[in-house]
Amino acid sequence: MVHAAGLTKSYKRSVALRGVDIDVSAGEVVGLLGPNGAGKSTLTKVLCGLVRADGGSASIAGAPAGSSLARSKVGYLAELFRFPGWATAQEVLVTHQRLARRPTAGGDADERNRLLAEVGLSQAGSTRVEAMSKGMQQRLGLAQAMVGDPEVLLLDEPTSALDPAGRHTVREVLSRARDRGTAVLLNTHLLGEVEQLADRVVLIDAGRVVAAGAISDLTAGHGVTIETDQGRVEHPHVPRDTIPALVSDLVADGRQVYAVIPHRSTLEELYLELVGDREAHR
Amino acid sequence: MSDTLVIARLALQEAVRRRVLTVVGVLTIASGALYLVGCITLRHHLEGLAQFKRGGQLEPLVPATLLGLASFGTLFLGSVLAVFLAAGAVKGDVDRGLVQPLVVRPVGRGVYLAGRALAAMTVSGGFVLVVSGAATITTRALFSSLPPKAWTVIPPLIVAVLVVTMLTLLVSSLLSTVATGISVLMAYGAGLIAGLLGEIARAFSAHTLSDIANTVSYLLPFEALYRDALQRLSPGGSLGQLVQLGPLGGAQGGGVGLWIYTLFYLCGCAALAVWAFRRSDL
Repeated sequence: MVHAAGLTKSYKRSVALRGVDIDVSAGEVVGLLGPNGAGKSTLTKVLCGLVRADGGSASIAGAPAGSSLARSKVGYLAELFRFPGWATAQEVLVTHQRLARRPTAGGDADERNRLLAEVGLSQAGSTRVEAMSKGMQQRLGLAQAMVGDPEVLLLDEPTSALDPAGRHTVREVLSRARDRGTAVLLNTHLLGEVEQLADRVVLIDAGRVVAAGAISDLTAGHGVTIETDQGRVEHPHVPRDTIPALVSDLVADGRQVYAVIPHRSTLEELYLELVGDREAHR
Repeated sequence: MSDTLVIARLALQEAVRRRVLTVVGVLTIASGALYLVGCITLRHHLEGLAQFKRGGQLEPLVPATLLGLASFGTLFLGSVLAVFLAAGAVKGDVDRGLVQPLVVRPVGRGVYLAGRALAAMTVSGGFVLVVSGAATITTRALFSSLPPKAWTVIPPLIVAVLVVTMLTLLVSSLLSTVATGISVLMAYGAGLIAGLLGEIARAFSAHTLSDIANTVSYLLPFEALYRDALQRLSPGGSLGQLVQLGPLGGAQGGGVGLWIYTLFYLCGCAALAVWAFRRSDL
């Protein structure tokens, strides 16, 4: 659904993307991680047509990223966005319904009410944006991105201004979107959110993809703890694919094996291992 | 509703909700009342002077001068209105994060600009139409005659304000709101000064100064349109010469060439604005 290969982008004094490849399939949530300035927002903006890549290719549902056809399939929530302060939540959604050109089942009013309810703003339909808290505006932004049930959701820090309840709501909304077959690219700093929600993770640093894959694969570390009749023994440097052979050797030696516990790292440990505290050194 | 109309509606809604149109309406009525008082007072003072009475030698001069004054005021106020409506239309609203959610929809950036231009031109052009019309009616009601082409002054004034509007949109696609406002208003002042200098140059046969004034007229054709409007008010003969050397800019007909040039100028500004907007990363 989302495909990008070899994307490059430079601004006047900095290189934002250095050949980024990324794919997001229908019904998949991909977490986009990386330190500040890694190129995450630039990548998201290239995919939705706000920024033109210098090189490489990107497509949304087969259409070139940034084309009118591609944009008609995308729902986007920018990291820094604002809706007109004088408009009500309903009016914001009406405008986006008109511009989205996606017919909705059940009518536009029903869709607006459903979206506002999904993001927890059902009582705030006639509230002006300028009277909303930042968190409410963030929720409205998510509802705006969901207008017309887009095939692709590109979300740049969708929970940055939300309290824990708001984050929970966003996770639920995105889970439902995934269940409907929407491809979701979730750009966030919150590793816990990614661990709870994402099917795969793409870790970017300095404009390059430094790790990509399922979280379980990426966090499968080295080492294993084996419990036998002689007690627990840790083997901290054993590669994961050699564990079966190690267990076989122990059994051949006449040991009784009660438990084999492979060591796993957390997403945070992986992040720190691959990226470290780059921000502090910029 | 077409995308252009959706964007234009959004801009007009903002003008209404932010009470821009209310303020403009109230102040316009106040200005009109001031003009009415001025006309009544002037008529009272001129009643005893034989040369200003019906059929008198200077009879055509008074309404022509009053309408010349009204034209200057209308052009000035219309231009200020246009600048304030359009100065933040592109870069300013991009900086505030208002544009990104809109242009990610399948709305071309050209369509976005067209919508903003339509809204600003409707308000500023409508303002000139109403105010010029009201001034002409007031003048006709209080004085026995109008210059023969008094009503034909309105179209060049409207187009002059449309030129200022389009120029503002072009600059707003390159500069921030404040920089756009300042630069266009300064260009506006420079254009009028150049027109005055051109008149002085012609009176004293200063060719270089005249060439500079002509060049400025090409660069800023609202000034040439204003002079074309004044020409339509000018009485014939020696009285006409007197009006042409008046303090509000010299009268000079532009002919069909001016209209054709202005049309190309407007199209050129629009094309440049779209080009600049499309090239910019948001």
